[in-house]
Formats: sequence, structure tokens, C-alpha cells
Amino acid sequence: MKFTLNWLREHLDTDADIDTVTDTLTRIGLEVEGVENPGEKLSHFKVAKVLTADSHPDADKLQVLTVDAGGDPLQVVCGAPNARAGMIGVFGPPGAYVPGSGFELKVAAIRGVTSHGMMCSVRELELGDAHDGIIELGDDAQAAVGLPYPDYAGLTDPVIDVAITPNRQDCMGVRGIARDLAAAGLGTLKPLGDVYRMGEVKPVVGEGPGPDVRTDDAEGCPAFYAQSVSGVSNGEAPAWMRRYLTAIGQKPISTLVDITNFVMIDLGRPLHVYDRAKLKGALVARKAKDGETVTALNGKTYTLGDTMTVIADEAQVHDIGGIMGGEDSGVADDTTDVLIECAYFDPDHIARTGQKLVLTSDARQRFERGVDPAFLDEGLAIATWLVTEHCGGTPSGVTRSGEPPATPLTIGYDPKRAETLGGLAIDAERQKSILEGLGFTVSDDWQVTVPTWRRDIDGTADLVEEVIRIEGIDKVPSTPIARAPGVAAPTATAEQKLERRVRRSAAARGFHEAVTWSFVSEAEAEPFGGGAWTLANPISEDLKVMRPSLLPGLLSAARRNIDRGADGVRLFEIGRRYLADGERPTLTLVMAGEKSPRAWNSGKALPFDAFDAKTEALALLAAAGAPADKLMVMGEAGESWHPGRSGTLRLGPKNVLASFGIVHPGLIKAFDLDGPVAAVEIFLDAIPEKRSTGFMRPAYTPPALQAVRRDFAFLAPADLGADQLIRAVRGADKKAIVDARLFDLFTGEGIEEGKKSMAVEVTLQPGGKSFTDEEIKAVADKVVKAAEQQGAVLRG
Amino acid sequence: MTTDEIDQLREDVLAAIDVAAGPDALEAVRVHALGKQGTVTALLKSLGKMTPEERQVQGPRIHGLREAVNAAIGARREKLEAAILADKLASETLDMTLPVDVPTSGTVHPVSQVMDELAEIFADLGFAVATGPEIEDDWHNFTALNIPDTHPARAMHDTFYFPPDDSGEQKMLLRTHTSPVQIRTMVDQKPPIRIIAPGRTYRSDSDATHTPMFHQVEGLVIDKGITLGHLKWTLETFLKAFFERDDIVLRLRPSYFPFTEPSAEVDVGFSIEKGKRVIGGSEGWMEVLGSGMVHPKVIEACGLDPKEWQGFAFGCGIDRLAMLKYGMDDLRAFFDGDLRWLRHYGFSALDVPTLSGGVGA
Repeated sequence: MKFTLNWLREHLDTDADIDTVTDTLTRIGLEVEGVENPGEKLSHFKVAKVLTADSHPDADKLQVLTVDAGGDPLQVVCGAPNARAGMIGVFGPPGAYVPGSGFELKVAAIRGVTSHGMMCSVRELELGDAHDGIIELGDDAQAAVGLPYPDYAGLTDPVIDVAITPNRQDCMGVRGIARDLAAAGLGTLKPLGDVYRMGEVKPVVGEGPGPDVRTDDAEGCPAFYAQSVSGVSNGEAPAWMRRYLTAIGQKPISTLVDITNFVMIDLGRPLHVYDRAKLKGALVARKAKDGETVTALNGKTYTLGDTMTVIADEAQVHDIGGIMGGEDSGVADDTTDVLIECAYFDPDHIARTGQKLVLTSDARQRFERGVDPAFLDEGLAIATWLVTEHCGGTPSGVTRSGEPPATPLTIGYDPKRAETLGGLAIDAERQKSILEGLGFTVSDDWQVTVPTWRRDIDGTADLVEEVIRIEGIDKVPSTPIARAPGVAAPTATAEQKLERRVRRSAAARGFHEAVTWSFVSEAEAEPFGGGAWTLANPISEDLKVMRPSLLPGLLSAARRNIDRGADGVRLFEIGRRYLADGERPTLTLVMAGEKSPRAWNSGKALPFDAFDAKTEALALLAAAGAPADKLMVMGEAGESWHPGRSGTLRLGPKNVLASFGIVHPGLIKAFDLDGPVAAVEIFLDAIPEKRSTGFMRPAYTPPALQAVRRDFAFLAPADLGADQLIRAVRGADKKAIVDARLFDLFTGEGIEEGKKSMAVEVTLQPGGKSFTDEEIKAVADKVVKAAEQQGAVLRG
Repeated sequence: MTTDEIDQLREDVLAAIDVAAGPDALEAVRVHALGKQGTVTALLKSLGKMTPEERQVQGPRIHGLREAVNAAIGARREKLEAAILADKLASETLDMTLPVDVPTSGTVHPVSQVMDELAEIFADLGFAVATGPEIEDDWHNFTALNIPDTHPARAMHDTFYFPPDDSGEQKMLLRTHTSPVQIRTMVDQKPPIRIIAPGRTYRSDSDATHTPMFHQVEGLVIDKGITLGHLKWTLETFLKAFFERDDIVLRLRPSYFPFTEPSAEVDVGFSIEKGKRVIGGSEGWMEVLGSGMVHPKVIEACGLDPKEWQGFAFGCGIDRLAMLKYGMDDLRAFFDGDLRWLRHYGFSALDVPTLSGGVGA
């Protein structure tokens, strides 16, 4: 919302300067986004009169002028065709910066003639686009010759831009802002009649009946007031109105249009003016018919639905009620009879219609936030007054159809709440005066009646906000919240602690944590079974589907890094996968490129392999507190993995804790990566929570006797999993055997086809006394037997 | 053998030991003196043929000779072995300036680090960390927060929506803020409540300073007699702890959020150090937080009695907090996974924020 300081002063009688005004605005919740002084950049330019104009001795298109810019006459070379003796224009002296041309003026010789500055065009001063000659100010500028141009042109009025929060519709008019400032002690609010120089604001008395308008849609348009003026002449709006509108970036169009714009910005009251000659019969507010169309003032045609309120005559729709007028009945230069509409539209209806049509406008913004329902008569009166003042004509009587919901709300208020909710003790009388300054009425027993223009106030908390913001929210003292006695108790949940552990473990193991988008493209989601959640309004096709896996994001990040020259990439992310049945916390890591670079001691660069993935999976699961010795390696990691070089880690057949291995080569190719990429997915929500047993550990004494190691070499079927054999061996004597470890694996020469040799070191831990040879033999026999059950035979 | 002859022998043998050039030569000397046919052995053998009187005199001398020879051989052997070892080691010299492969450590992302810092600071103030779904329904994200579907604030949220369900209702969306966690917490827990809720949030907005995904932290206190003054203290206390500076100055500005009343934007004072804005002091102000007293309608929507319970809420961008504290200036880089950026701005695994060690790293 933009306005100028002078515009504000039309409503507010104040001595406050611009800084005080803007500081106060921000302090009371009307955040100033910017202040612009349009004349500042032109302060060096002066109103100047051309005294003589002679042709340049050496150039056909140039003239040599003498210019009176307040001091001695100056010689200026000028190329404008309209430069002539006697005209008054704008002169830039040496040292002035020409904003439209981007240079600083200097005394210079132009084709041998010295020029002491420049007569300027509209474009050179960024006052418009015209560049067909220098500015001509007209004879009324005679008295201003020598004065700074901004002073003459009224460009000294700073433009203030305020961010109006959605609750403050009343401040979408300059008067509302003035009222808040007055309440904050920055002057007094002038009576509205004085502002418009119309005495008391009351309906303009007209001749004859009011126009034939009515509302048939009490829901969408509860009230439709109108007044006609016949015999108007539309033209250029008065200078002051054009100046205010121009200053805030609104282009003046014609008196009638400018009046509606001005009143909307000045009072937050949208109006609409129809050309009566273009209407047929009664003008009615009604629900649109499905499929009905209207071409709005923006030139676009909208297809309407039966929930939308329109203003229509017998022939067609003329207005998308409260949002935008129709092109066909808009006023033009030759308009002579007008109908002024001042209606009340229901905010919810306006919002829904605007959302459906994807159409926003200054009127919609105000109506959907809720205009003052008690201001229809005044709004119409001011509009009619302005039309008759500036366009002449004869007003009709006023037609009032329907009833605006203008019953004021009354709230029982306890002034202690300023302290018990707002934290600031404010004297009750002071609160009363603040509220009254804002237009509330306060009875002796603290029944507070809300002014009709404050659509945002409906309870005690709102009143507390009003008194606190005007009194000064910075005065609220900091008050400590109560602390529990003693040292703060831990608050992190098991899931949070788990996440912290795996995050820091992964980082400690050399992985860099990335954060990638939660959404991926459909193509990226497809190898992971597709996304269960596809956005209806994605920002792009690349960010469309909620990721079913963290791999696409990390593979893309890996590729970007390799494209930038990284040799090896170790990345991980902790985030959610978005599945049909919920959001699953997951840690995913990828290893791409070189595991280790070529080196003097290790030779060639090494790629990552599937066992690197297994190592990380087990290490992180251990860090997560998963029971590592109970984890089973099983296949079926899924279609996104290399079918022969991947696996899952499970607790039981159904509970998959992790997938690991080499990513499917097809997927690697799809992400433009080379060579094997190893990856791990850890499904954090599948890791069983450790039951808390308190801090006390079970009793333990390290065994006194040394462990015994025995080696066994087996000939096993080639497809026997190492884990299967080791588990069998370990389980052969659960009491004596504490560890079994594969230390050699061999196929090839000396080993028959379809077999492999596996050598296992078994650790036996004696208890109270050393093993006898017989005992060791008995255990060894059990080991051999257990291996045999897996098809592995002890090698001779 | 005469005493002189024994002395001579001692002298000869010891001299031979002294000049033995290597272990083999030394062994030859030893055999020559102490071997079966050795000169010293012969003397020892001669003791048996002596009269007791002679033995009394010669015994100690001959044994003394043997011990002296033994000791000399031992000493010489040690010396020779040391020389051999020294030679061997000299031949084993490596270029200890050769580079070795130290496993490089990884990093924790600044967003995670800051979340841990927030958890640590707020734990001290008695706040737990709460979470909620990112795919939210309309009710939790808007309606319960006093943002009905025609509210202009909805349009300001740039919401990502999912397609309508079978009944034609467009209900599911990506949460636009962490505030729905307030609702879930109030619905699920009995007050008093003190939580923070960090997490991912989404808005369909993308330019130099906005990304469609970002991180927010929400704070919520619901209790009896909580006021705006408590909110102010909590934010001051938090920011002082977070930036580890005592000169944190806050400026509250009245503002509007549908779910709080009164509402305030919180500006933090900054000063310019080495051309960069640094939090602390009051040379200028920047907006870092939105906050306010929880709206009675929100409390009511969660099934609590607003006459009994009141409190405050605040929300703040985590990415922004990280940028203000650690000096990154490009939000987009947070989500790129660029190893160079992560190495520079990331944190060591051991930089666990603690109250005793400091929450910053």
C-alpha cells in the first residue's frame, strides 16, 4: 500500500516529519517497506527560460541557446527541434547527474561551441517516455524560473510503501493509516467532510428516483447501493488527484475512473462506475449462470460458475462482483450518464470466486479482507460528490437494495488482560483512551464496541494486541519462564538419539551429509516403484514426486560432484521416504567414483565394491545399536540393485533393516555415472528400540584362561553362503565356541568343479579349567558334523 | 703354569677377544680358550692334578681367568651384535616424507548441526523436540491454525497441493510451515507443553533467496499465565545462547499471523564486522522470527480451554539461523550436496553441541 506524506496529511493534522511517521508506522505494526523521494535525484535540475535561440554555426540540427536558470544567462547547445526563445523548460547544470541517460553533465564544447549544461527531455529525467523534444512547462512556470524543478513540479512529496497484513483491511485506505497514527499520538484525524471539502458527509440529494438496481443474491452481495449522475463530462481529473495517483504508480485515466481509484486508495472503499448508455434494464446482483462469460476490464474473458456473484443487466454480465468490472459497460471519454455502484460483497464469496478465476485486483483484496459494512452511504455520497464536482451533471436519488451486515460487535473486556496476556501493565484509563482513539467505544463496565471497519477484532486477545501495539510492544518487559529445579532433564526421544548416532557415525566414517530435495522427477521415482505422492502443482517436472527413495537425490548429487572433478564421492543423507502408508526415516549413503586414488604404495585407483557397502551397513547398524550378531544377510534387495551384488540385512525374514550393495548398472547409467556405485539404505524405523534396563551392567569378569584356536578347512558346494557355514560352525557348541572366522577362501586348481575351499578359525574359550585333549576333540567333531550338515566336508 | 704364564695367557686371550672382527672370529677365540682343547680349559683340567695346597693357590686364579675370559667374550659379542644391528637398520631406511593415506573424515550438514544446537539449548529450558508429518492435511496446516479456506493468508503460503481425493476434496498438501506440529502436540498431549519442532517445510517459491524446500523450527509453550513477556525472554535467552553473545538486542514489531494474537515479528540487531552483518549490537535490524501468543481459537481447535491455557509460539528459518551464525550467503547451496561446500561449511562428527563445551562449533 503506497501513499505520499502529503496525502496522509490530508487526513492527519500533524507536524511529524517523514522519519517520525515511518518509525511510528513500523512500531505500531504497519511495516514500512520503503520510502522514496521522487524529487531527490532531480534536485540539481532547475526551471529555466530560453532567452535566445540561434542556429549553430557548424551544425544544421543544433541550436545555441542562452538560458536563464536564475543566475547569469548561460550558453547552452541544444538539439531539440522544439527549443525556441521564450519557452520555459528544465535545465541541467554542469555537475547534475542525468538519470535517464546515466551520465554527469560537464561544461563541454559541442562542435566548437561551449555548452554550460543541457535542456532536458522527459525521458532524460525519467519522468516518462517522451523524447521528441525538451520539456515545455508552459507560461505558469514563469514565476518558478531558477527554482529547483522538483519544488516546482511537486516532486518533493515522499512516497511511503507500507506492508499491510491481511487482517488490516482498514489500512488499505490512507484514512485507516491516518487513524492508527492519530491513536499513536502523531496528530489528530481530520473530519472526513473536511478532507473532501463537502461539509458533512451525507447522501447527495438528487432529482428523481434512484437507478433501477437490486440484489437477488443476499448471500454474495448483501447490499447494493447506487446513484446515477446524468449529463457528466468525463475528462482529465483535477491536478491534485492525478498527482497523488501518479506518485504511487497509478496511471491517471479519466476523471470518472480516477475518482473510483482514488476513493478506493484513500478510504479503502472500492466502487464501480457504469456507463448507463451501455446498460439494458435493471442492474442486478445475482449468482452467475454456469458457463456465462464476461470480458473484464483487463481484456480477458472469464467463464463463470453458479457460485459466483455478478452484476448483470437484462442482456449480459457487467461486473464480476467486487473483483473486476466488465469491458462493455466501462466509462469512456464520451460517457455522459453514469451509474455509481457502492456494494457490500461477502468476503468468503469474493475469496472463492477470486481463487477459482485466478483473478486478483485491488477491489478483491479489499472486499475479501472485509470492507466497512457501515460505510456504504458515505462511500456513495463521496463518490457522487466528486463526480458532480469534477464532471458536473445532475445526480439522481439513491437506491438502496439489501442490508449490509453492519451490526457492531461488543466484547466484554478485562483491562487486566493487557498484563496477564500481553505482559505489560497498562493503566485502565490509558487503555480506554487508546481504544477510543482507534474508534472503539468503551462503556463504564468495559463493554467494548468494535468499530465496523475493524473486521479483524473478535475477542479479548485482539483488544490486548491493540493496546499493546499502540502503547509500544517494546515496553513489554522480558520475564523468565519458570525453570524446573536442578539440572535440565533429558528430552530427546529414542528416534532422535538414534538419528544423531547414525548421523555422526557416518560422518566419522568419512561420509559427508547432504540435504537433497524431498521431491524428484517421475522418471527418477520409477525404478523405486514410482512415487505414492505426486504434486498437483509442482514447481517443475524435476521436482514433482515425493521421493520413494533417497537414492535418486544422492546419485544426482554424486554425479554433480564428479562432473566438478571429484575423484571419489562419499555422501549420505538422513531423511524421509514418502510412501503410501507413511513417511519413513531413512539413512542412505552412496559411494561413487574412486574408493582410493592411484598411489605410490597401492598402485591403481580402486573402485568401490559391494563389500564396502556391507562394511558401512554393518558399522552403522552397530552404531545404531542393532543386534549385529543376529543380523541375517539375505538377497532380494530390489530392482534398483545389482541382482548378484546386493543384499539385505534382516532380523527375521520380514524385518529388513538395511539394503546394501552395488546399485543396478542400468540406474547408474540413467544418472550418467560411470563404474560401480555402492550404496546402503538403512531403514531407521525398522531398528528395534533397545529396552532400557537402567545404567547397571550385568556382572562380568574376564575369563582367566586363554582361549584356544583351531583351524578347519572345508570343501563346500560353491553356492554355500559363507555366513551359513560360519553360523553352523559357531552353533556347533554354543558353550565352548565363542567365535568362528573365515580366513581363507579358495577355488580353482586342486579344487573340483562346483566346489570351494573355505578355512575357518574357531575360537574356544575354556571356563573354570583348561580343555583336555578329549574335550577339544569332541568340540572339533561337532564342528565337522555341523559343517557336514551344510554340505561342507573337512579336507584331509 | 707359573703365575706369569697365566697372566700372559690372560693377556693374549683378552687381546684376541678384543680384536675379533665378527661373531665367527669371536667364536674361534672362545673355542681356542674355552673349548674342550682350549688353553683355559686345559688349565682348569690341571687343577685336578694339583696338591690341595697348590690348588688353594692356583684355583682362584685359574677360575678368575675363566670368568674374565667369559665376561670379555660376552661384552665383545654384545658390541658386535649391536654393530650388526646398526648396519642392518641402516640398510632399512625409508623416506619418511612419503605421503600416507589418512582416511578423511566426513561432515555433518549445517542444518543438522543447527538442529542439534537448538535441541541442546532448548532442552536446558525444558523444551522437548517434537516432529510431525511433512505431507499434511489441510486441517492441521491451515484450518486448525485459524486459517479458513477463504483466508487471504492461504494465498500467501504458496502451497504445494496433492490431487483431490475420491470425494473431490483437495485435502493433502506439503506443510508450509512447522506450525501443524503445534496442533498435533496440543491435540496429543496435556499441558503444560514446551516443545520445539524443527523440520522440512515447503513453499512453491524459488529464487535467489527462496527454495521450494527449506527448514523451520517452531516453538510452543502452553501453560497457565504465560505472557508476551515470557515469549520475549525466551527468544532473547535462546538467541544469546545460540549466537553465544551477550549483546543480542531484540526489537518486537506488532504484526499478524492468523494463529497468534497478539502477534509480533522479531528483529535482531546486527553490527557490521569486516563487511559482514554479524548478529549482536544494534547498527541495524533484521527480521529473524515470527511469534505471538497462541490464538484462543487455535487452543480451542485442539480441544483445550483457552480460558485455562494460554501460551506463545514462534517460528524461525533454520537455514537462515545457520547462515547468520556461520556466514553462508547462498541458500541454494544448502541443497546441492557439493562436497567442496560441505567440507567448508560442514561440521566434524565430534562437534556435538553441549552446554559445557558450547553449542557452537
